[in-house]
Amino acid sequence: MNLSRPARITLRIAAALGFAVIYVPLLLVLVNSLNPDRSSGWPPPGLTFDWWADAWHSSGARDALWTSVRAGLGATAIALVLGTLIAFACQRYRFFGRDAISFVVVLPIALPGIVTGVALNTAFRTVLEPLGVGLGLFTVIVGHATFCVVVVFNNVIARLRRMPGSYEEAAMDLGAHSFRTFVDITFPLVRSALVAGGLLAFALSFDEIVVTTFTAGPGIQTLPVWIFSNMARPQQAPVVNVVAAVLVLLSVIPIYLAQRLSSDTASGSRI
Amino acid sequence: MTDTAPAAGPVRRLAGALYRRPRLQLSLLLSAPTAWLVLAYLGSLTVLFLSAFWTTDSFTSNVVKIWNTDNFTALFTTDVYRQVALRSVGVALAVTALCVLIAFPIAFYTARIANPRWRPLLVVAILTPLWASYLVKAYAWRLILAQGGLLDWVLGPLGLKGPGYGLTATVLVLTYLWLPYMILPIHAGLEQLPDSLLDASADLGARTGRTFRSVVLPMILPSVAAGSVFTFSLSLGDYIAVQIVGGKTQLIGNLIYSNITLDLPLAAALGTVPVVIIVLYLLAVRRTGALSSL
Repeated sequence: MNLSRPARITLRIAAALGFAVIYVPLLLVLVNSLNPDRSSGWPPPGLTFDWWADAWHSSGARDALWTSVRAGLGATAIALVLGTLIAFACQRYRFFGRDAISFVVVLPIALPGIVTGVALNTAFRTVLEPLGVGLGLFTVIVGHATFCVVVVFNNVIARLRRMPGSYEEAAMDLGAHSFRTFVDITFPLVRSALVAGGLLAFALSFDEIVVTTFTAGPGIQTLPVWIFSNMARPQQAPVVNVVAAVLVLLSVIPIYLAQRLSSDTASGSRI
Repeated sequence: MTDTAPAAGPVRRLAGALYRRPRLQLSLLLSAPTAWLVLAYLGSLTVLFLSAFWTTDSFTSNVVKIWNTDNFTALFTTDVYRQVALRSVGVALAVTALCVLIAFPIAFYTARIANPRWRPLLVVAILTPLWASYLVKAYAWRLILAQGGLLDWVLGPLGLKGPGYGLTATVLVLTYLWLPYMILPIHAGLEQLPDSLLDASADLGARTGRTFRSVVLPMILPSVAAGSVFTFSLSLGDYIAVQIVGGKTQLIGNLIYSNITLDLPLAAALGTVPVVIIVLYLLAVRRTGALSSL
């Protein structure tokens, strides 16, 4: 588009301002973790690494991190299996209710987390508790897996759509049976989509607070729940600052990995 | 050579049997996931919505399973609920509008003005905050908006003050949280816009403004609609950001949350409000053809 020079300059400035607004809060979190003053006012009176040492020894934060990792791994594993199965079914077959299934897969993430959370909470308490299964890490994993399925499904189905069927046909013409074809041809072709989907699912589970609040039993605290419950406590403020800063720094890892995997699956889209 | 010999082993026989029965294959693929989604998810949702028709014993706070529509009557006749519902829709619309306004120049720059070599890097720059934790981002704004925080410090020399915690802060923070969901689809839409259309418009004598209104805007409307699904529905259901920076602001999510332990049937009835609005919104957006590109 032939934009005039002033229009170009205005757009450049607007975009630069936009990027500044996006990154200033994240940088503030990093700087604030070094703020020696507990009240976190601005500007900080100095810089210190004391809180990082404190956070390292905080057992509450460490336990919460470990719980988050276990919940994320469990939910990701279930989502990988279920999401891949649905993606293959929806891409390879035409059947009654196909549209309904792909709609229901999206639903847990399109509806407000509080509705999903309360629904699961009611169901777990009325059905599982009489069976002797109380709320705990297991129910958190079930809740997270329910909304993680969609990201695996989307990544895998996008890959299957762009994958030519001729490779598999060639393998079968050469005498491979369907399991052999899957192991040697299909799986290697969808592998990176699975990794990207799993990465997104893990990140989604790691960040989830609403569904966790409603599905976690007493004593089960994931990292977001821990941050949320300690945010308002002045005593815990420095440790919360450090944990927040660590999370900002860690968010670079999935970006790096997703970017290396492939361009079509690297988007962070929820749907 | 012996490895691939087509001997009729049990695995090969099973593969062949399955291959001849595509219906069986399909039901094997679908049984586990549909069981999960129907039992764990749709089942729970159904129970929740059925419970909206039950009542709560005001004495014991136990749920009494007597079928009635009192909760829905209360929903429509109580002023507070109506106000909160309207306010929530207003916040969701305001957040969506702000996201479009801020996202457009950024997306236009990254998709059409920036040096093509830098574009993938700019997309990463948009994506990075999406991976940062929701709570950390809301928390960052709590620091910015605090009394004596960064915003007061910046605005101080101008004789101004930040908005503090409240409704304005809620809209600001929700806009910040969902902004990448708007930038990405608009960026993708602008990137796919063919140059030839813009050239044709210029050849036919249209100036920048006219080309923008008559060519660019109609072409990227589906992208904006796609982004708005996220900004709208995520804002409508949110109650955490409101708790962090909202001060005394009440949105529908908070109302549901505060009723869950006291009066679950009422909370369930309140929960139908965002669900109905979001479904209506999705149906409206579907007419633009945006949902198929999600």
